[in-house]
Amino acid sequence: MTRFFEVVRRDLRLALRQGSDSVMVVTFFILTVILFPFGLGPETNLLERVSPGVLMVTALLASMLSLDRLFQADYEDGSLELLAMSPMPLELAVAAKMLAHWLTTGLPLIVVAPVLAVLLHLPADGFAPLLAAMVLGTPVLSLIGGIGAALVLGARRGGVLLSLLILPLYIPVLIFSVGAIDAAIQGLEAGPHLLILGGILIASLALSPWVAAAALRQAVE
Amino acid sequence: MVPPMSTAQSLLFRGSELACRRGGRLVFSHLGFTLEPGGALLLLGPNGSGKSSLLRVLAGLLRPCAGQLDWNGQSLADDPEAHAARTHYLGHHDAIKPVLSVAEAVRFWARLHRSDTAEADRAADAAIDRFGLGHLADMPGRMLSAGQKRRVNLARLLAAPCPLWLMDEPTTALDRASIAVLETVLAEHRAGGGMVVLSTHADIVLPDAAILTLDRFAPAPEGLS
Repeated sequence: MTRFFEVVRRDLRLALRQGSDSVMVVTFFILTVILFPFGLGPETNLLERVSPGVLMVTALLASMLSLDRLFQADYEDGSLELLAMSPMPLELAVAAKMLAHWLTTGLPLIVVAPVLAVLLHLPADGFAPLLAAMVLGTPVLSLIGGIGAALVLGARRGGVLLSLLILPLYIPVLIFSVGAIDAAIQGLEAGPHLLILGGILIASLALSPWVAAAALRQAVE
Repeated sequence: MVPPMSTAQSLLFRGSELACRRGGRLVFSHLGFTLEPGGALLLLGPNGSGKSSLLRVLAGLLRPCAGQLDWNGQSLADDPEAHAARTHYLGHHDAIKPVLSVAEAVRFWARLHRSDTAEADRAADAAIDRFGLGHLADMPGRMLSAGQKRRVNLARLLAAPCPLWLMDEPTTALDRASIAVLETVLAEHRAGGGMVVLSTHADIVLPDAAILTLDRFAPAPEGLS
């Protein structure tokens, strides 16, 4: 377990020193959300109606921005081979890298989301489910995205290929997180939607590290 | 876990009838070797004769398309993680991050191999000094020259004890003095019961090393036989 946190610490340190990835993701999130009031007009009713969807779709696209770098740098400089050859199982190393990815992209998005929700006139009832959906949903983006990042390793134009592979898989997360927020706004129970999101999170937590590690083993051959 | 070096006397690393295919082409076949504690295997052969492929096969990174590899009588395929834990692989890339310092890089790999963090750090610092990088310990990776990067990568091997070292042209970019240090380090590793498999084009002193010339195992050109 100390090895697991050693990898997380290294990736966090790399992300903090290079700095650009987290800042880029958050800036993209903020700028894209700000574009919507300009495009749709400032009418409160309309913005209220679309705000849950806009926030979730944009968060989802933003978290994809840094995904193609998740394994790429380690692959290019040979670190990935050494991680595969270290005494810790590759699955654990992969899980550690996914956790680090979430901490550097998912977490900042969760922090910014409520502020942007104010901008889009999200009704007050929607804030709690928005946060809950982001907390449950963004780790899924890092986990499933990690599979895609491992699969496109070594491919030319991997970033574009990655979006084509991964975006369809994000649809369930989108449906249930927007569903939770909408339900709460209309005075219904958000709980069932959030429970399904939690289920998706647990399933991807159990599967993704194994699938991604298998893809990485192919890549280092 | 890594077996302690003192009981290494009974160990044997053996490969038989190995074959490897890259991109549809058979690189070598019917290749066999035996390596005992303290032994060294020097891989020679022209470019493309399969030295790197063989080292990757021995590391477990690449699966041989035929043949058998075993460690002390146990097949490697049965327990790939145990093999990874007792093997250091040094490839063409030095795994240096531009923003991590020399000390951070070596300590990270040492900590992955050792359970005791403090001990790992001490071993990492000693290894950095050994390769004459003590004054560069706080230097970020992007400032290092190719030879210095290679020395950082070599220090990684010293920082955590593993009985088997697989080295793919370790002398690349090294100056004469560093090659001498590497030769001493290799001799000490073998004196402690360690094994070395090394490919090279340069002159490196490796006493009593068995020599494996890879073009002898190249398949006969098709259509001629």
